[in-house]
Amino acid sequence: MSKRVLLGLLLACGLTASALTPALAQEPKAGGVINAVIQPEPPGLMLAMIQNGPTQMVSGNIFEGLLRYNPKLEPLPELAESWSVSEDAKTYTFKLRKGVTWHDGKPFTSADVLFSIEMLKQTHARARTNLAQVDKVEAPDDTTVVFTLKQPFGPFLGIFEVGSMPMVPKHLYEGTDWKTNPYNNAPVGTGPFMFKEWQKGSFIRLVKNPNYYEKGKPYIDEIYWQIIPDAAARSVAYETGKVDVLPGGSVENFDVPRLSKLKDTCVTGAGWEFFSPLAWLWLNNRQGPLADKRVRQAVMYAIDRDFAKDVIWNGLGKVATGPSSSAIKYYTDDVPKYPYDPAKAKALLKEAGYKGEKIRILPLAYGETWQRWGEAVKQNLMDVGMNIETISTDVAGGNQKIGDWDYDIAFTYLYQYGDPALGVGRNYISSNIAKGQVFNNVEGYSNPEIDKLFADGAVATPDSKRKEIYEKAQKILVEDVPVAWMLELQFPTIMSCKVKNLITTGIGVNDGFKDAWLDK
Amino acid sequence: MKQFWKSMLRSPSGVIGLIILMLAIWVAAFGPLLFPNSPWRMVQRPFLPPFTLSTVPLGTDALGRDVFAGMIFGARVSLLVGLVSTLVALVVGVPIGAMAGYFGGKVDDALMRFTEFFQTIPSFALAIVLVAILQPSIYSIVASIAVVSWPPVARLVRGEVLSLRTREYVQAAVVTGQSNSWIILREILPNALSPVIVLASLMVATAILLESSLSFLGLGDPNLISWGYMVGAGRTVIRQAWWITVFPGVAILISVLGLNLIGEGLNDALNPRLSRKGR
Repeated sequence: MSKRVLLGLLLACGLTASALTPALAQEPKAGGVINAVIQPEPPGLMLAMIQNGPTQMVSGNIFEGLLRYNPKLEPLPELAESWSVSEDAKTYTFKLRKGVTWHDGKPFTSADVLFSIEMLKQTHARARTNLAQVDKVEAPDDTTVVFTLKQPFGPFLGIFEVGSMPMVPKHLYEGTDWKTNPYNNAPVGTGPFMFKEWQKGSFIRLVKNPNYYEKGKPYIDEIYWQIIPDAAARSVAYETGKVDVLPGGSVENFDVPRLSKLKDTCVTGAGWEFFSPLAWLWLNNRQGPLADKRVRQAVMYAIDRDFAKDVIWNGLGKVATGPSSSAIKYYTDDVPKYPYDPAKAKALLKEAGYKGEKIRILPLAYGETWQRWGEAVKQNLMDVGMNIETISTDVAGGNQKIGDWDYDIAFTYLYQYGDPALGVGRNYISSNIAKGQVFNNVEGYSNPEIDKLFADGAVATPDSKRKEIYEKAQKILVEDVPVAWMLELQFPTIMSCKVKNLITTGIGVNDGFKDAWLDK
Repeated sequence: MKQFWKSMLRSPSGVIGLIILMLAIWVAAFGPLLFPNSPWRMVQRPFLPPFTLSTVPLGTDALGRDVFAGMIFGARVSLLVGLVSTLVALVVGVPIGAMAGYFGGKVDDALMRFTEFFQTIPSFALAIVLVAILQPSIYSIVASIAVVSWPPVARLVRGEVLSLRTREYVQAAVVTGQSNSWIILREILPNALSPVIVLASLMVATAILLESSLSFLGLGDPNLISWGYMVGAGRTVIRQAWWITVFPGVAILISVLGLNLIGEGLNDALNPRLSRKGR
């Protein structure tokens, strides 16, 4: 099979899926059961306390947040039906939807919102950070919630997604020991689906919420989240029709083209805009050859990122231009460019006086794709004369080495959460250099100008000002190459074409079953 | 010596085994000279089937790397690991076995309990654990294979020494006041060598298999290409591209078979009863 045909097929499938999604070309049909793969089996389903990827994917359909986000990351109403922002950008007023009930029949009110926020501050690390700018939260009446901020915080409307701030039933959790609350095992939310049963190691079953506040929704009667530990077996389960949906990352990349070619199969890379995972290489800015900016730039020129995209990721994703993924706010591609140019890389290395010192590279132990990627990058770097040694380790060992700054080059990928203040700055500001942690500024890049830009950008108003600040920051960072940005990753969702409207928002499958329906 | 080669060459399996081994050694020694490029280099489009382009006769793998070049370079790693780790295992196992058999009593007890300690742990599991702890590299792989393969050597040598030390010529040496080390090295070991040589040839084969299995599981030296690694990396795409796994798999099969045939040939040649029968 030629690569071009394969890409064409992928594109074609992707287009059909995305063309169908926004426009309701057909009238949704009610009824039916959908089988989806969940990989790996989630450690639990209580979203307020566990935020692993698979937990978010299942529980995002049980719980709800105040807002959801379209693929452009603009807020959409969910439990909040409207919201307004004060002139000084410090007071946010949310009007809650009326007539919403929990799965056990109790009404959902502003008291639940206040309780959830207090609980999340203790159980949800990212929510705690996101809420740091909040001075107080008040509920003047049952359907109004008012947030008062310490200072204007540009990305504030971006923190209400279900995985970032799920609403928890106050009447079931207040005054109990949250960790041992029996409802952790049978979560009660406001969402379109209710938890029914969980056969450990086999499946999680959700059933339709008959009292859902949006009339007629959800269309699906039941969802079975099938737990299949082996990647090859997951592919086979799809091929044999045992499952209808393979969410992103549940099969190996090289299986994607084969599965995409199957009859009545739709593939889409959409549904990850909110997370916008960006892959890069940590470059240790502290020591050795990589302390020299020219060597870091040489790394960027030396690596054939288009090859990685086309071959290793089977054409999915996008070559990254800098610290921001193109899906998040204030992204600009008006930055210095690093095309694949081995000659230029060699020249830069020569200029920097690199003499073949040994450079260690740590691939990411997340499976075959990442291993192959590590090999390809190593070869790219060796081709321009760098002396690279691969260190192989497991995930935990890799994390430890990176956290202890005991590496030269290391693979990683991180979510960006839609706004540079939420997901980008953390990796470049010098106040985030802390030994022992993995997802902060582990490269050791320190630039007072960047520190100031990110500090200003988070609280600047209006939007045009933030845009200006973040564009400037991107230019400086791309020139300095603190890390080597590789790809904006896309994890394709593979599904039977009879599953319609599954992916309509920026968080994709995580809250997608609300609108999904089966064309029988 | 002449006699040995004569009987060795008389056994057909020994001849075939020798030819295969010579070929493998020749490839390992000189092959890389024909392929100056690193086998990790992406040279053609990925998943190119074999026999389509003369520059990459056996096709390319998932990243467009030359499968043929990988096999050539892999031969070097596989043979090196096989030979070196066997050598290390012999260096450890022979003295332990010899001392246990010669001195007997408490020395024997202590050494054999120590040996059994290693023998009770499944050897492949032990090798995996050792490589994982020591971080995968060519040194840790050789070391762990040696660690799991010396106990049979020690047991074999002990058995041989036990039976030899009661012979008259050994007792004569004791009576004439020769030192223990002289007796072990000059009188006993040379006579105990034949079964050890046969065992060693089989151990090389086992070591190649062990190295391949470790690499297959992703515990190979990440900087060196080996047959096991190629099979492991190609396994996941076997439905799209059979050639990535099949060719290195066949290489492992043939070289292990060759070493086993040599072992058989050596056995025929070195076993006095069998060779006499042939005469």
